[in-house]
Amino acid sequence: MRQSIIQWFRFASPQSFYPLAGRMIPWFWAAAIIFGIGGLWISFFVAPTDAQQGEGYRIIFVHVPASWMSMFIYLVMAFWAGLGLVLNTRVSGMMAQALAPTGALMAALSLWTGALWGKPMWGAWWVWDARLTSELILFFLYLGFMALQAAIDDPRRADKAGAILALVGVVNIPIIYFSVKWWNTLHQGSTINLNKAPSMAQTMLWGMLLMALSFWMYSIAVALMRVRAIILERERHTEWVKHAVE
Amino acid sequence: MQWNSVGEFFAMGGYALYVWGSFGACALLMIAEPFLARRRLSDVRKSLARERLADELELQQKNS
Repeated sequence: MRQSIIQWFRFASPQSFYPLAGRMIPWFWAAAIIFGIGGLWISFFVAPTDAQQGEGYRIIFVHVPASWMSMFIYLVMAFWAGLGLVLNTRVSGMMAQALAPTGALMAALSLWTGALWGKPMWGAWWVWDARLTSELILFFLYLGFMALQAAIDDPRRADKAGAILALVGVVNIPIIYFSVKWWNTLHQGSTINLNKAPSMAQTMLWGMLLMALSFWMYSIAVALMRVRAIILERERHTEWVKHAVE
Repeated sequence: MQWNSVGEFFAMGGYALYVWGSFGACALLMIAEPFLARRRLSDVRKSLARERLADELELQQKNS
């Protein structure tokens, strides 16, 4: 037991996490590509035409995964930021910093694909509806987190300030998630519910899940790539970095 | 499969702009982001290599 805890803490040091991340990246890329090919195949060639929305509904296969990931990455980012605040581990703050741009990208894609779906179906690119507005706030939270960190020179202080912003912003996640229940919104309710059968064709569900898995693996891969750069940037004056880059 | 021709596939039942606009934006950003991340890593690696070279040169000058 003790041994295994020590084992975990070993990876909390940038020096051992840097090569570990490097070894994991190709596997996450492979998973992202395999799930992505399967998901795209179902999205375009297996899933049937929707009775109401025709082919336009196929946007769901990117819109839902991007939206899920935008919320999920925020939770993971806040978790790492909080862990760094409490335990003062160096890699935690770097992980939070590495996740923010990918989260912002997912939030941007969620808003973009949502607009392209809203126009043909609702007749508007944008409405100030609870779901859309809270997702826009999430996008701004990511941008705010990145701007705040960029504005503070000392990385450890930047981590602390960012962590507080990230943790306060967590309150927005349940607001996004439950917005379709709490308010009478134009946005449709959740397609997948844990305690009732999904209200969509099985093949559509599978396509969506595979695409979500692909987006998930992609996010891990790209965040690990970025965290490696951040580790070298921040640790550049240490001995191990001088030896790591031959 | 519900497509009778390639043209029909690309037309997306009249929703081409919206469907391809969505998938296209995802593809574009999700291809660009890893390249930017890789460039950031190679930039810092290059700058570290330069620094190392500079240190070595300085050491050589001191010794000679």
